[in-house]
Amino acid sequence: MSNHSENPGQDRRAFLKRLACSALGMVGAGGLGLAFWDRQGPPPEAARTLGERIPDFALPDQGGKLAVVRGTADRIRGVQMAIQALGGIEQFVRPGDHVLLKVNAAFALPPMLCATTHPDLVTQVSRLCLQAGAARVWVTDNPINDPTSCFALTGIDAAARAAGARVLLPTEDRFEPYTVPGARLIRYWPTLTGPLRRVDKVIGMAPVKDHHRSGASMTLKNWYGLLGGRRNIFHQQIHTIITELATMIKPTLVILDGTMSMMHNGPTGGSLDDLKTTYTLIAGTDPVAVDAMGAGLLDRTLEDLPHLRMAERAGAGTVDFRSLNPVEVNG
Amino acid sequence: MRIITTRRITQIFFFALFIWFCIVTTLGERGWQLRGWPVNWLLEINPLTGLGVLLATRTVYAGLLWGVVTIVLTLVLGRFFCGWVCPFGALQQFMGYLGKRGLNRARKIARNRPHPAQRIKYWLLLFMLAAAAAGMLQWVLQTARSGGGWFWSLLALSLAMLAVMAAFKLIRIRRDAAWVAAGALSLGLLLEFLFPRAGWLVASLQTGLLDPIALMHRSVNIVLLPLLDAPLKVTAALPRAYPGAALIGVLFLLFVLLSVRVPRFYCRFICPLGALFGLLSRWSLWRIGKQQVPCADCRRCEADCEGACTPTETFRTSECVLCLNCLDGCRHGVMGYRITPSAAGEQLLPDLQRRHVVTSIAVGLVAVPMVRMDGMADANWNPAVIRPPGALDEAAFLARCIKCGQCMRICPTNVVHPATLQSGLEGLWTPMLNFRTGTSGCQFNCVACSRVCPTAALRPLTVPERMGTGEFSASGPLRIGMAFVDHGRCLPWAMDTPCIVCQENCPVSPKAIFTRDIMQPVRDGDYEIQAVQGDTLTLAGADWEPGQYGTGDYFCSVNQMAPRPIATNTGQALTLGPGDPWPQRPVAGLTARIMLHLQQPFVDPNRCIGCGVCEHECPVQGRRAIRVTAENESRNRAHRLTLS
Repeated sequence: MSNHSENPGQDRRAFLKRLACSALGMVGAGGLGLAFWDRQGPPPEAARTLGERIPDFALPDQGGKLAVVRGTADRIRGVQMAIQALGGIEQFVRPGDHVLLKVNAAFALPPMLCATTHPDLVTQVSRLCLQAGAARVWVTDNPINDPTSCFALTGIDAAARAAGARVLLPTEDRFEPYTVPGARLIRYWPTLTGPLRRVDKVIGMAPVKDHHRSGASMTLKNWYGLLGGRRNIFHQQIHTIITELATMIKPTLVILDGTMSMMHNGPTGGSLDDLKTTYTLIAGTDPVAVDAMGAGLLDRTLEDLPHLRMAERAGAGTVDFRSLNPVEVNG
Repeated sequence: MRIITTRRITQIFFFALFIWFCIVTTLGERGWQLRGWPVNWLLEINPLTGLGVLLATRTVYAGLLWGVVTIVLTLVLGRFFCGWVCPFGALQQFMGYLGKRGLNRARKIARNRPHPAQRIKYWLLLFMLAAAAAGMLQWVLQTARSGGGWFWSLLALSLAMLAVMAAFKLIRIRRDAAWVAAGALSLGLLLEFLFPRAGWLVASLQTGLLDPIALMHRSVNIVLLPLLDAPLKVTAALPRAYPGAALIGVLFLLFVLLSVRVPRFYCRFICPLGALFGLLSRWSLWRIGKQQVPCADCRRCEADCEGACTPTETFRTSECVLCLNCLDGCRHGVMGYRITPSAAGEQLLPDLQRRHVVTSIAVGLVAVPMVRMDGMADANWNPAVIRPPGALDEAAFLARCIKCGQCMRICPTNVVHPATLQSGLEGLWTPMLNFRTGTSGCQFNCVACSRVCPTAALRPLTVPERMGTGEFSASGPLRIGMAFVDHGRCLPWAMDTPCIVCQENCPVSPKAIFTRDIMQPVRDGDYEIQAVQGDTLTLAGADWEPGQYGTGDYFCSVNQMAPRPIATNTGQALTLGPGDPWPQRPVAGLTARIMLHLQQPFVDPNRCIGCGVCEHECPVQGRRAIRVTAENESRNRAHRLTLS
């Protein structure tokens, strides 16, 4: 004290400075505290923002079209003929389009076991799209087994790369919580919408497979691969979920590969004994009609596959595929 | 170029090589992925791996022969591996460099004074080698009893050679060592002849706990690479999960941080590999030392001495890691790396007393049987420990696994995890499968982990052997465990809810999981029919959610007639779907019973391979309703479940 008494001016200045700092600190602490104050605590369920609706990829001017190619083991030629019979890929893919191929890559199994979309189909459809002027062709699926292994072992990754397309792996950033309007099951559900949001056209490509729970796994069941999270809970109401998926996504085109059909032990298969040569390739704009036709390859009827009629009632297509006057081609 | 610049470049090269090996241990078809890259090479040139496996199993597996090259080079050059090759040594040295920046020379020198605790690493080495050596010892003793003349003639021959060499003063036989060795051998032979096959000697390979290369691989494979790569997604599209990674990470961090304060903390006090090289460097041809005494005694050479081996005083040969900083530091040209010993004298062996050596070895020999008393390699085996395909039976597995984590790194589905204490103390950080996490179960057509294992703890499999095809079709597929359905948790079994996700995902053909169908009357599902209109039945007292029976799984039965599917329902009325019409039209007054078509899963023990895809996919998420245990695993016939 005695030290400072000689220079009271300096003393006062130091005090005022200290006062200003502490006042600033008091106001700052109070302000920050108030700014972050939460009177209520967190709500029971955080309000969730939802993405926009998935666009309708179907082309209204194409209507319901169906083509079937029989008698060829050559998928490259078969799929070309099927698309040709629908009027050519130019009907579906416009120059500059970004196209998504939703394949079935569910299992890490080699293509010869036909549990997944055959790489030849990926090659040829990618090539056709690019020839029609597509800007980019993407390939995606959220498989059941390890995604990287699935795309590698099924040959889809190599086929896509060779044809100039690219695989989009189902990484976490490509999912968003999504609600299908009017749906009971797909509500706030993590859905692989990332790839869908960057494209103009979607082509579904699935093999014909037995499925013990749903009756069969074809182009409609293939959309299951757009779901994320612990999606297996939906097996409790498998037909309902397939129906909701059919209303969630309206593809530009679907291709059902019945060159070989997995008659039993599906959807994994795992042995050549599970396969039967059926040499049929179906392409169409109505997935319900395509699957209804494909059911015959497995010797199944509409009674065995209740989801087909349910999807029809939901407005996703027609089970009466004959009404679409399918174009029959011999390969 | 200065010699230490060469050393630094070499260290950086081997460190980068190590990181490169870690990155390319990724399954895939690209050039940078696993396509024959020698990713185990650093584990293989590390002679501690080879020596441990040799002592425990009497074999030197495949690439472990590389260890001989390192031993030969060490006998010529000294501990070059520590100072020039070891990536963990390089990391320790770098951290030590960060820690000593700005210190004056006196304080730097103080950090590099030798410490009595430097002998701890030799104790650890002897302990671990003794724990492994039980395998070799047992074989020697058994050969003595059953192998006839071989053992005795070899023993006589080696004794005679030793005697001759001692007589010509080529070697000096230490009397205490000779007595201990002779005593131990006599005791062992006595016990073996009195109590043959008594099981006193049990081998367990634990060098991997502290082996710096295994430690480095484990830490990078399980902690560092997954952490760094989670946002980058180079080596894995989905983030990797490893339960127990925290302990591995904390220990790694601890050793790295300690080396900031004490240069090369790990190398000086803990590293059993360094200890092995330290013992070997006793005979190395070249060594560090002073050319003349006295020198200027400026002690510059000790300012950066990595090994704390006192180059100014009596030189501690076993501690020198050959960093060559003393050569670079000496301003008077006194320090050299030559064939002649240091002019200031040498201490060839570490500060080990006879009792230290005997105690370490004895404890190592006793510790394994003691730990095995938990019975976990035997009758008390833990069914939750599912070993990767190709794993040897538990005792043989524990005699080889070095806990390097290569199998955990390569696993494409991230189901191979480090065990904590599930398989006992001995099994710390050994691989076990966990089907709750990962991207799928164990892929049944994958043999990656068995191919990458550096010590054949997972024996190398081929895909046909794993899957039981081709020449292996008679023996059937390899089983790593078996799935069990928990009827108290399974939806179709316990909760009248359709599911069978497990059956759908079972990858074998024919499926190991099959279903039996039942028609289950739903709870309070009997109603009196009020009115009938075509295929629509109005039921008394019904109050349903519209559509709740329209899922395709519900049926309706009237008067014991075959159930017909329900297409949909309103609050009170059911609409029957297409199907065979009933022989008798339902009329008002009869009872309509609503039934649920359920498929209940069963596991066929003769088909299940234990891959765990069912457990991974089971929608009962907490404790799964179908779980795999190590029951019925092929690697141990005693775990067989059924006779057929």
